[in-house]
Amino acid sequence: MSDDARDLPSCRNSPGADRADAIRSPAPPPIAPLNNPKFRALAWQLGLLALLLWCGWQFALNARANMQAQQISGGFGFLANTAGFGVNQSLIAYTESDTYGRVFLVGLLNTLLVAGIGIVLATIIGFLVGIARLSPNWMLARLAGGYVELIRNLPLLFQILFWYLAVLSTLPGPRQSISLWGEIYLSNRGLILPAPVAGNGAGYVVVALVLGVLAAIAVHAWARRGQMRSGRAFPVLWSSFAFIILPPLAVFCATGFPIGFEAPRLRGFNFVGGIRLLPEFVALLLALSLYTAAFIAEIVRAGILAVPRGQWEAASALGLRRGLALRLIIVPQALRVIVPPLTSQYLNLTKNSSLGIAVGYPDLVAVFAGTVLNQTGQAIEIIGITMAVYLSLSLVTSALMNWYNARITAQNR
Amino acid sequence: MTALPPSYVRRSLAEPEPPPIAGPVSVAAMGVRLLQRPSNAVLTLISAVIIALLLWPAIRFLFIDAVWDGASRIDCLRETQGREVGACWPFIKAKLPQLMYGFYPESERWRVDLTYLLGAALLVPLLVPRAPYKVLNAIVFFGLFPVGGFFLLVGGLPGLPEVETRLWGGLLITLVISFTGIIFSLPLGILLALGRRSDLPIIRALCMAFIEIWRGVPLITVLFFATYMLPFFLPVSWRIDGLLRVLIGVVLFAGAYMAEVVRGGLQAIPRGQFEGAMALGLGYWRMMGLVILPQALRLVIPGIVNSFISLFKDTSLVLIVAIFDLLGQLRAAFADPAWATPSTLFTGFAFAGMIYFVANFGMSRYALSMERRLTSGNDR
Repeated sequence: MSDDARDLPSCRNSPGADRADAIRSPAPPPIAPLNNPKFRALAWQLGLLALLLWCGWQFALNARANMQAQQISGGFGFLANTAGFGVNQSLIAYTESDTYGRVFLVGLLNTLLVAGIGIVLATIIGFLVGIARLSPNWMLARLAGGYVELIRNLPLLFQILFWYLAVLSTLPGPRQSISLWGEIYLSNRGLILPAPVAGNGAGYVVVALVLGVLAAIAVHAWARRGQMRSGRAFPVLWSSFAFIILPPLAVFCATGFPIGFEAPRLRGFNFVGGIRLLPEFVALLLALSLYTAAFIAEIVRAGILAVPRGQWEAASALGLRRGLALRLIIVPQALRVIVPPLTSQYLNLTKNSSLGIAVGYPDLVAVFAGTVLNQTGQAIEIIGITMAVYLSLSLVTSALMNWYNARITAQNR
Repeated sequence: MTALPPSYVRRSLAEPEPPPIAGPVSVAAMGVRLLQRPSNAVLTLISAVIIALLLWPAIRFLFIDAVWDGASRIDCLRETQGREVGACWPFIKAKLPQLMYGFYPESERWRVDLTYLLGAALLVPLLVPRAPYKVLNAIVFFGLFPVGGFFLLVGGLPGLPEVETRLWGGLLITLVISFTGIIFSLPLGILLALGRRSDLPIIRALCMAFIEIWRGVPLITVLFFATYMLPFFLPVSWRIDGLLRVLIGVVLFAGAYMAEVVRGGLQAIPRGQFEGAMALGLGYWRMMGLVILPQALRLVIPGIVNSFISLFKDTSLVLIVAIFDLLGQLRAAFADPAWATPSTLFTGFAFAGMIYFVANFGMSRYALSMERRLTSGNDR
């Protein structure tokens, strides 16, 4: 390809043009540099680059003048300073005397936590709703369609505020909290779950569980080979359940019940023990999963519709029921269409988790670009870091995606 | 080569299925669809129960139990009404000016209404495919209307006193931001899309970097960037209006997304169109302006409408940088102790939700019908 859009390669290099050249003039007439497309292309680009560099230089000068005027010292030294504020949810040990750098880490982990759980929930709900929307059952399809339309047309922030202000904040206080089986409590302080407590010998149970999972995988492979050979299906589902559940249960009993659950107890005006999920976290997670699930449902639906009708007909001609046809024939083929937009929905969910700032969930944007920025005033560094984190998450994910996509298409075409 | 038939091939004939149900088609078909097998009947039942559980309380709350007249929170209390109380519509009535205009001075609100009216009068013929004078209409809507709207809303002319943007709020802000975002991001997006498909390597790299950076970060960080970081890069003497800063951020962000939408349209134009234009001796800009873009832009009308929908929803994020759009004003209205009742929150969310839903649902239906129209044209 030539360097210039105006320079038409197909005309220049076509055999007809060559022949005409050979007949009339052996050498093309010289072009004045101002009319030479290559020269003009280069000049345009260098001009634009120079303009951008000049703008950047001006920005830098202005930034220095502004920072001097506001007496802010630049640089990343502030990351080592003491933060001096508390964060109400942290996956790593954190106290007020820790540094801003540690706050950054706490915020990043909180973002990844809500995004990770949200992606799992959104995928499950999204697939169920997407398949339900195509169900021959009219009532179920309407229900799924209504869900998708309602959720997709309301802003995400609206939904987060709705769950937080209208639903979770209006729940009763801890003393009157809604209790499920006396173990799980839901109140305006959040969702409180029993916490697992590991005692002596808990390791054996974990080992048994891992061995059970491995055995189940082996049985699956064996059963598959057997089915290919003899055509007889082996009850893989039930045997897998047996392998995964029975050995750990046996070990659990044999070692004297080493894992217990510490149920939350009401002490005074609040709960003691158990795992407490902040109402901010619950609201953000609910809104993010339900919102993204509506988009995933549409992607799944489109993917399934993209599988040719003949595949359905062939599956039912083989005697497969709808569920089996979906699982064995349709969804594996639809995945090729589904996966690329699905990834961008995962990225959207991760980016949208930054809306937690509206309800005070301590994610990266809220604690770092919010509180730390307010305390230090170092807008350029802090917003730069925050944007760089999200940008690298996006770039890494899309690079992985491109790799996966290239692999899938190479296998199938 | 002959081999034994695989074990999963049936060796005997299957029993014939029972004949299809005779009778009135619709009722029978519906019965089969809903109750064919026990599992299907269970699904139907569960769905019906869920729909009833969601719909009935909503209808009761919004209409049957709702309080329609009242002067203060007292009228919306259970003790006063002596019955179960649903939506507290007097709350919305009292807060309506705030939700619609923010603190825009009452005597000047006709200017906002006039702007809406002008916008609607120009937009409707633009959206109806059969209306004539599309080009003229588009020029007026995208070129003159923003200027006129700016002077109408901001003022500063004789007869139109200036209204500071910090007084603006509510639906006005929502509409101003999403319209400005779309109107300015469209040319930006076209330029970026052309740059990304250009053969000039430096320009292509710059456009790609710009698009990927803005698409890779959340809108909140863009708003933070525009509000807190941008002022650092501008001369000390410049003081930029808060709303303008947010608008800059929104336009940059929406421009990157628009570029991808336009790129899709450019890619859908057959190569022959480019070659034909070049064969006519058209230069790059004339080829794009006269041949390619008119076709490409028509193809991406649904995409542009969809971008507008997401921008309309995303506008709610500006409340985080202290600019109060519809959702922000709603939140402020919740904080008013004079209207604190148990049903205030749900009433407010129901009202704002209906505005958002009707607007977005309508626009998405329009995009869908445009899409059908465009694809049916291609099939012919």
